[in-house]
Amino acid sequence: MATTFLSRRPAAFRALTFVSVLAATLLGTSAAEAETLRWARSTDASTLDPHALNNGPNHNLLHQVYEPLIIRTADGKLLPTLATSWALTSDPTVWEFKLRKGVKFHDGSLFTADDVLFSLQRARAPTSDMRSLLVSISDVTKVDPFTVRIKTSGPNPLLPDNLINIQILNAAWAKTHGVDQPQNASAKEETYATRNVNGTGPYTLVSREQDSRTVLKLFPGYWGRGQFPLEIDELVYLPIKSPATRVAALLSGEVDFVQDLPIQDIARLRADPKLRVNQAAENRTIFLGLNVGAAPLTYSDVKDKNPLADRRVRQAFQLAIDRNAIQNAVMRGLSVPTNIIAPPFVHGYDKAFGAVGKSDAVQAKKLLAEAGYPNGFGITLHCTNDRYLNDEAICQAVSGFLGRIGVKTTVVARPLAIQTAAINNQDTDFYLYGWGVPTYDSAYIFDYLVHTRGKNARGATNATRYSNTEVDRQIVSLASEGDTKKRDATIKSIWTTVQKELIYLPLHDQIQTYAMVRKFDIPVNPSNTPYFKLFKLASGAAATSQ
Amino acid sequence: MLLLLLRRLGQSILVLLAVSFVSFLVFRHIGDPTVSLLGEDASLADRQAVIAELGFDQPVPVQYMRYLGNVLHGEFGISYRLKRPVVEVIAERLPATLELALAAALLAVAGGVALGVYTAIRRDSLVSRVLMTVSLIGVSLPTFLIGIGLIYLFSVELRWLPSFGRGDTVALGGWPTGLLTASGWASLVLPVCTLALFKLTLIMRLVRTEMLEALRTDYVRFARARGLPERRIHCRHALRNTLIPVVTITGLQIGSLVAFAIVTETVFQWPGVGLLFISSIQAVDVPVIAAYLLLIAALYVLINFAVDGVYLLVDPRLRRT
Repeated sequence: MATTFLSRRPAAFRALTFVSVLAATLLGTSAAEAETLRWARSTDASTLDPHALNNGPNHNLLHQVYEPLIIRTADGKLLPTLATSWALTSDPTVWEFKLRKGVKFHDGSLFTADDVLFSLQRARAPTSDMRSLLVSISDVTKVDPFTVRIKTSGPNPLLPDNLINIQILNAAWAKTHGVDQPQNASAKEETYATRNVNGTGPYTLVSREQDSRTVLKLFPGYWGRGQFPLEIDELVYLPIKSPATRVAALLSGEVDFVQDLPIQDIARLRADPKLRVNQAAENRTIFLGLNVGAAPLTYSDVKDKNPLADRRVRQAFQLAIDRNAIQNAVMRGLSVPTNIIAPPFVHGYDKAFGAVGKSDAVQAKKLLAEAGYPNGFGITLHCTNDRYLNDEAICQAVSGFLGRIGVKTTVVARPLAIQTAAINNQDTDFYLYGWGVPTYDSAYIFDYLVHTRGKNARGATNATRYSNTEVDRQIVSLASEGDTKKRDATIKSIWTTVQKELIYLPLHDQIQTYAMVRKFDIPVNPSNTPYFKLFKLASGAAATSQ
Repeated sequence: MLLLLLRRLGQSILVLLAVSFVSFLVFRHIGDPTVSLLGEDASLADRQAVIAELGFDQPVPVQYMRYLGNVLHGEFGISYRLKRPVVEVIAERLPATLELALAAALLAVAGGVALGVYTAIRRDSLVSRVLMTVSLIGVSLPTFLIGIGLIYLFSVELRWLPSFGRGDTVALGGWPTGLLTASGWASLVLPVCTLALFKLTLIMRLVRTEMLEALRTDYVRFARARGLPERRIHCRHALRNTLIPVVTITGLQIGSLVAFAIVTETVFQWPGVGLLFISSIQAVDVPVIAAYLLLIAALYVLINFAVDGVYLLVDPRLRRT
């Protein structure tokens, strides 16, 4: 990219836009001037192999270059992408996908069913990080060059939702370059797919320097021309780790669009007339987990038993924590207090479960006394300090609220890598964590957070020691229940138990903020994955230049 | 003398071994590498499989000996985060850090000596007093605060200089340099000032003190009495005698410039090894962290070794022992 560091003066730029629009009109051409979007967020994608790591920054970048069969747009709806339609066949364990015709990969080869077969097989390989989303698939077959059938081990009504981050690679290209499987964790060599791409996506890779700059250009052979606005011709992705620098780069006009904004700067960005700030609820709920097991706690001054095993103590905690105060004082309004670990757009969410009750310290203290702790007790709250919005400050606030009812809470804040290890090994009694639901269905939450740890390949992130055979049975049944009504009833029944047992104390859903120069208007995507092909330039900017 | 050099060499190897072992122990406490390898949503069985594959379930001494064996064969492994050979990744990033550190060293030495001499000669002038006060800020403010302050002034308010990145680079035989483009130079200004400020003020204060000392000596007074021009007295006679401690300090500080570049690189998104190190820590990318720590330790050892060598050349008394 040859742009200089100096920002384009908005006035001069508008004049330029005006002139070029005028010229285009006079010459009778419809071609707009080349539009570049400089886009910054905190973390770069670690690799360009689309099946190597199931995380946000990787998907975010790769969705511009590769495409899955289906994507989910900012409004939560599924949008046909490489598949044009999909439906269950008469056999409830078989889905049929009709594929788009005339789609080209960046190297010019045509997209067919073979690429889908290959990519789904690659994404299910032992070295693929995407395979946990595809465990229900037992077989993928080709009916004709543009029809594939996916067979699941039992009926899986959610299969399409599980495909939104499974990118399709070109089979011949991958085989030529020896990347028919994602890289092994203990490999000695780099594989070709780590730094090379060949997708069907709207943008091609021009250049890439890790942690510095990635340049993408509109793909001339893209199938979606005429269907999508495609108003951004060039995308320059600029990871900037330091939050203050990221904001400064936007204010100084060096970048056009910023994700991962620090809460304290949002008011200032809003006040800037050159900028636009968009906000929406994120697909992520922040909650506290409690060890409800029978064994005494490790991180508490009660050594002979587990006070948290008593539901009255958990209820006292819930009553003591004022979630509305956390929203106002800690989150500066940027959270939606909730009482359920599921954002409202997730299937199975219930308003009655989500409603946040009033906090009541007097009642809480009474419950503690009833449980045998009139003077409270001491406990350690393990917290992240690099993962969620204001995570450490939330824990400090929780510690304050619990202090009011006599529970002396010591906050231990640490990086996610340590917190996750502790949760996976159940080496914590009281912890802050966050959970997002990529499938938009409650089963995903139950699988990871509610099911008994380590049984039926589920419960990986459940450090509460909660184990309920009946609930486990219900959770497992969700994966293969074809009857929607019956399935919904089971989901409701599981939530009722989870809400009653209080093994988790949900705090709030995070609100996500995007800031950009006024010319662009990029809506917040709950999964934090903007699809740049979908954006139109803001109508306001167009009006000024015409 | 050969014996002395050999003994120094042996000590250096011991230091490197100690650093590698300590860093290896530290890895046990920086978290779970499977989080960056598999993401947060991985199943327990997958995590255990990867841990077994990488040998993390084995006793620490076994792991360490295996690592040491690999390192002696020149194998630093593959980055968990970037899925690329560690040596390649570090070699790609090193030029950016070295350019930054060397530019900062040049600025610190040239600026520090010039200002030190000036404030010593004109010790009571207003400019000197202002410089001395400002230098206090340089010594006491943390680097990231200086960096952010400079960004807000020169990038956001004045819009003169870029707030992040390295600008455009030109490859010079495998060495991507930012010194051949206008945007590269512009990008260099703020990070270099941020990184150099502390060293510059340190050298300035050192030179000033030494210079004041020298100006009081007899030979300077005799030189004045002989009627030599002031400029000649300051530069030829006084300054020369103050430079010996400055050279020693500067040599030792170059290593710390590379090491301290971590903060500056993070603030300015400077794509060097420091930024790589910070990203690797967050991702628990053990192979990169280990290689970086060894590299920095080797750099320090090398500089100390060179300084010792210079002492031997300079001081004949050391050679006899």
